Amino acid sequence: MTNYLVPLIIIGGLTSSGVYLLLSRNLTRMLLGLLLVGNAVNLLIITVGGPSGNPPIRGRSSGSETNTADPLAQGMILTAIVIAMGIAAFVLALTYRSFRLTIEEEVPDDAEDTRVSNLPDDEASSVGEDRPHPRDTRSSETGDIEGPDELDALPENRKPKR
Amino acid sequence: MSAAGVLMPLPVLIPLIGAALTLAAGRKPRLQRVIALVALTAVLACSAALIYLTDRHGTQALQVGGWGPTPDGLGPLGITLVVDRLSALMLVVSAIVLLAVVFYAIGQGIRDGDDRQPVSIFLPTYLVLSAGVCTAFLAGDLFNLYVGFEVLLSASFVLLTIGASKDRVRAGISYVMVSMVSSLIFLIGLALIYAAAGTLNMAELSVRLEGVSAGTRSALFAVLLVAFGIKAAVFPLSTWLPDAYPTAPAPVTAVFAGLLTKVGVYAIIRAHSLLFPHGGLDSVLLVAALLTMLVGILGAVAQNDIKRLLSFTLVSHIGYMVFGVALSSRLGMSGAIFYVAHHIIVQTTLFLVVGLIERQAGASTLRRLGGLAAASPVLAFVFIVPALNLGGIPPFSGFIGKVALLEAGTQDASVLAWLLVAGGVVTSLLTLYVVARVWTRAFWRARIDAPEGALSDAIPSALLDETEHSDDIAFDDRDDVGRIPAGMLIPTLCLIVVGLALTVAAGPIFGYTDRAATEVLDASQYISAVLGGRP
Repeated sequence: MTNYLVPLIIIGGLTSSGVYLLLSRNLTRMLLGLLLVGNAVNLLIITVGGPSGNPPIRGRSSGSETNTADPLAQGMILTAIVIAMGIAAFVLALTYRSFRLTIEEEVPDDAEDTRVSNLPDDEASSVGEDRPHPRDTRSSETGDIEGPDELDALPENRKPKR
Repeated sequence: MSAAGVLMPLPVLIPLIGAALTLAAGRKPRLQRVIALVALTAVLACSAALIYLTDRHGTQALQVGGWGPTPDGLGPLGITLVVDRLSALMLVVSAIVLLAVVFYAIGQGIRDGDDRQPVSIFLPTYLVLSAGVCTAFLAGDLFNLYVGFEVLLSASFVLLTIGASKDRVRAGISYVMVSMVSSLIFLIGLALIYAAAGTLNMAELSVRLEGVSAGTRSALFAVLLVAFGIKAAVFPLSTWLPDAYPTAPAPVTAVFAGLLTKVGVYAIIRAHSLLFPHGGLDSVLLVAALLTMLVGILGAVAQNDIKRLLSFTLVSHIGYMVFGVALSSRLGMSGAIFYVAHHIIVQTTLFLVVGLIERQAGASTLRRLGGLAAASPVLAFVFIVPALNLGGIPPFSGFIGKVALLEAGTQDASVLAWLLVAGGVVTSLLTLYVVARVWTRAFWRARIDAPEGALSDAIPSALLDETEHSDDIAFDDRDDVGRIPAGMLIPTLCLIVVGLALTVAAGPIFGYTDRAATEVLDASQYISAVLGGRP
């Protein structure tokens, strides 16, 4: 019983701290969170692989063990560890790059998202390509046939006299 | 060893060897290009041979290294590669897309100059991505599928952040984090399945999971669905996609949009039909499919940037495939498989066309575009054909696929299925509205009428994100980029032809997907191919 309970409690602890770190905006903390959860999952795989035992090599034994350890679980976590290490290296490089570019490692909000969500409702609903840009109020003879006519009556949109 | 046995590892091995060679030839761009083209052509040839062999002889399995089934019922010990009609079709369509996109990228690089571009990294990474995609389609055990996912994800991280500009790093960080979380959830699912069934070989699992209690099975399936749902961008796990994809270079976005989400859909099909065949979570999947379709397309309606808009239609149309899978009927599965093939081709073509628009007109936002139909009739043609195809106008393949799915929905005739049918029709109409909006804005109205029509991005750039180094310039001052380079136009046209071929040959292809669906739904062929006739 304790053979299983102790690893499971450790797995739970690692996962919860990992998820807590992942939810932060700081990239280094997020990476640490990923690594913690990754280790928790590795521990989970080795735990479900069964109890400890002899090395899975013919003719080898370890102490007075009677059963053989599961080699597949160990093979899998080896693969997972290698993959996690590669990704961690990449995330570190990305973090450093982000730090160089912005002098901070917080993940910023999407600029367009923020702009639209800060608009009052009536303005946000009118965001679209129909609103002419103030920098350019030229238009062709027919005008923008896609846009509603009322917009042309607004002072800022009135066509310049040719 | 059979011919299929020799061919099966090749779609994985050839791109990996090609990646090593291109990396070694980093200083010789011409040699690099030749190696990449030869490797991907070879993958296409192997896949074509495999689709022929599986259609004639049924499911083929290969125990890599000869670690086959053991006599005392332990199941295969080594890595198993399996190819059935579904994975063979996926391989062929992916190989076509991969080859066309690499042609496009090379054509763009040659024409627009890639002296300052990170090309020595681009081609090797692209080949690794190809190997990852092929591994995922060929994998016969879940852990190998996980490795395939990781290979293609690691490659996609590099491709998405190529050049590492500010925008791309920002998009890349959220993409990397979301992908890693989905991989961890997948890994947790693997551990739990291993605990429940003691194996990860899919054929063996299919037999052993029958003995596991229904509640546990549903829980295991749910964990896998969350992991695959993030990769396939199924609502509510789809919000990362429109944020991440649009910042990447055009060829990269095209291949991501075409293939990466479909690998997730493929994994959902496998898990749903082979591992957990009794449809325990079908109603959950149907609701998710409905919401994916509607939320995705409503997002697309609100977008101004064509790349973002297409990313949202991508999310939306994933809903159709999940719909077909969740019906658990032969017609539904057949429609879903056809729709996957159609959607890979069409979505990739459209993103390639956006790359052309960006190059020719210096913008991808509808606020700046206009008058393209007059400026470049060729561009208008290559946009409108796949766009109408995506919108599901008869007689294109998008229409045929949707009709098959709707028919499957009406056959199912449950309330939820009828809701899905209605949702599918609405989504199809809104898709048409969205592409028509792009058409009227970017192609028909005069550029002078576009709100920011006088502005444009400065330089056409192949891989780097140039927008941060150069401010917007007046459209009139923009350097003349000349005609569309043949190296970019021909691959786009080829993909359009493939899309039209799906329409013209829809009868035989539907015959094939019907056989594929029968094979997928009846797991016994898969199991006997892998386990050698044991029940």
